Amino acid sequence: MSLFDYTIKELEEKLHNKEITIEELVDTSYKRINEVDSEVHAFLTLNEEAARKQAKELDAAEDKSAALFGMPSGIKDNIVTKALRTTCASQFLDNFDDPLYNATVVEKLNKENTITIGKLNMDEFAMGSSNENSSYDPTRNPWNTDYVPGGSSGGSAAAVAAGEVLFSLGSDTGGSIRQPAAFCGVVGLKPTYGRVSRFGLVAFASSLDQIGPITRSVEDSARVLEVIAGHDPMDSTSANVEVPAYTESLTNDVKGLKIAVPEEYLSEGVTPEVRESVMEALKVYEDLGATWEKVSLPHSKYAVATYYLISSSEASANLARFDGVRYGVRSENADNMIDMFKKSRSEGFGDEVKRRIMLGTFALSSGYYDAYYKKAQKVRTLIKNDFDKIFEDYDVVIGPTAPTPAFKVGEKVDDPLTMYANDILTIPVNLAGVPGISVPCGFSEKGLPIGLQIIGKHFDESTVFRAAHAFEKVTDHHTKRPQLGGAK
Amino acid sequence: MADITKEQVKHVAHLARLAVTDEEVDKFTEQLSSIITYAEQLNELDTDGVEPTTHVLDLKNVLRKDEPKEWITQEEALKNAPDKKDGHYRVPSILE
Repeated sequence: MSLFDYTIKELEEKLHNKEITIEELVDTSYKRINEVDSEVHAFLTLNEEAARKQAKELDAAEDKSAALFGMPSGIKDNIVTKALRTTCASQFLDNFDDPLYNATVVEKLNKENTITIGKLNMDEFAMGSSNENSSYDPTRNPWNTDYVPGGSSGGSAAAVAAGEVLFSLGSDTGGSIRQPAAFCGVVGLKPTYGRVSRFGLVAFASSLDQIGPITRSVEDSARVLEVIAGHDPMDSTSANVEVPAYTESLTNDVKGLKIAVPEEYLSEGVTPEVRESVMEALKVYEDLGATWEKVSLPHSKYAVATYYLISSSEASANLARFDGVRYGVRSENADNMIDMFKKSRSEGFGDEVKRRIMLGTFALSSGYYDAYYKKAQKVRTLIKNDFDKIFEDYDVVIGPTAPTPAFKVGEKVDDPLTMYANDILTIPVNLAGVPGISVPCGFSEKGLPIGLQIIGKHFDESTVFRAAHAFEKVTDHHTKRPQLGGAK
Repeated sequence: MADITKEQVKHVAHLARLAVTDEEVDKFTEQLSSIITYAEQLNELDTDGVEPTTHVLDLKNVLRKDEPKEWITQEEALKNAPDKKDGHYRVPSILE
């Protein structure tokens, strides 16, 4: 048993009763990283010296009342950390060793005395669904290292699943928290658009990006969201909406909860074992006194195309900042300034990033803007309206997180469209801006985890947590651990 | 199949400030064509009169007072620069 099998609350009690120290918690992280990270490749940069020093200080501190006091966490490498290397898993930022400030989420975690263990691997600039687009050694799935951990927050999900950290932060633009959480058998939350400040998150698609926690339990997810949520003057798209005490929503009571199950989320493309796990989960909800009905989100099938046009367009603008002037790796082969921009970007960016910049630049270019970008924004309205309509009559929408369990490394890497289709069940949630969580709900025949997705109304994370927690309390999928690096 | 030409790909690459090899031009022409063809399924939908969604929050202009604040120093701003001189970023010549 690892210390990270306990919840934050249980660890707090142990710290309070002096059964354990923060030094032991931090040691648990680095020991485990030493044991398994050569297989998992979850970390890009470690913060060991500073973390161990901080642990000593926290153990000696008088006041231990901070909300996440001494909890070891990992941060996705597209979230800026002051003086701690931040690469977005891109060669362009390979030398970005000394960022000038902390993202607001990192400031908020620091304020509650968490310990940053290190920075986590990802698909380059968060573009990808398998981690194979990392320009470093891609993260592997801790349940079977022949399989992908999902993406783009693959490192964040794998590090939690492998017991390298207690919790992590990821970012989710089209499923990048929920899908890797599903593939790795952990809990991943994408909060409502605007719930969490993105100041210091390296922007991919600004109308979709959201930061959220990856944890081993729903309770811990609620604990972390309570800390990182809220309005931030530094991010004018963060919403000025009060942050409820999410942990108080974990009542175990879902009697009368009205669940909508979109038929599009159980249709072709969803493998039988995923469908069965979801049906079994719905049975659990019935037993708990909730009701469910099939509904339709008729525009779901247009979500992937809509998403790739919108997200790539926004990415093409956001990634224009990487010009080799102020930071990053500059090409040494350029004769003039334009040439320097072009060569630095071409040498620094990987294939998928270039492909999406090209797609986005095309969709925004003169003569094509109305036909592609604006059209996609209109279809986005239809997708959002689908959800609005369902939420007039239902409390949550439930379906699988991904149509399949994790796939094999290399299986989809050469075909962008097949890879994109994997996000069909998570993308609509970003387009609509609503919150969604993935919780473990079973295992495939091959022993790979399957995720259940619970989607709620805007700013109603409380109901999402309540539904997820009630399910977790009567099932044991989330307690299973992958076997890695020999006996644990 | 959406008809994207090599010339278009080269033009878009220039707009995006990407240097592309002939090989990449071929690859992007093929891949972008198939992605755009896939995206054209959106044309099945009648969106006349539908308002575009730029983002989902009900936000209008978010304004704040224009007050100077402490942020980073010139020295800090230059800390991660690939090339600098006399307190400025240095870049290759703009004019030939």
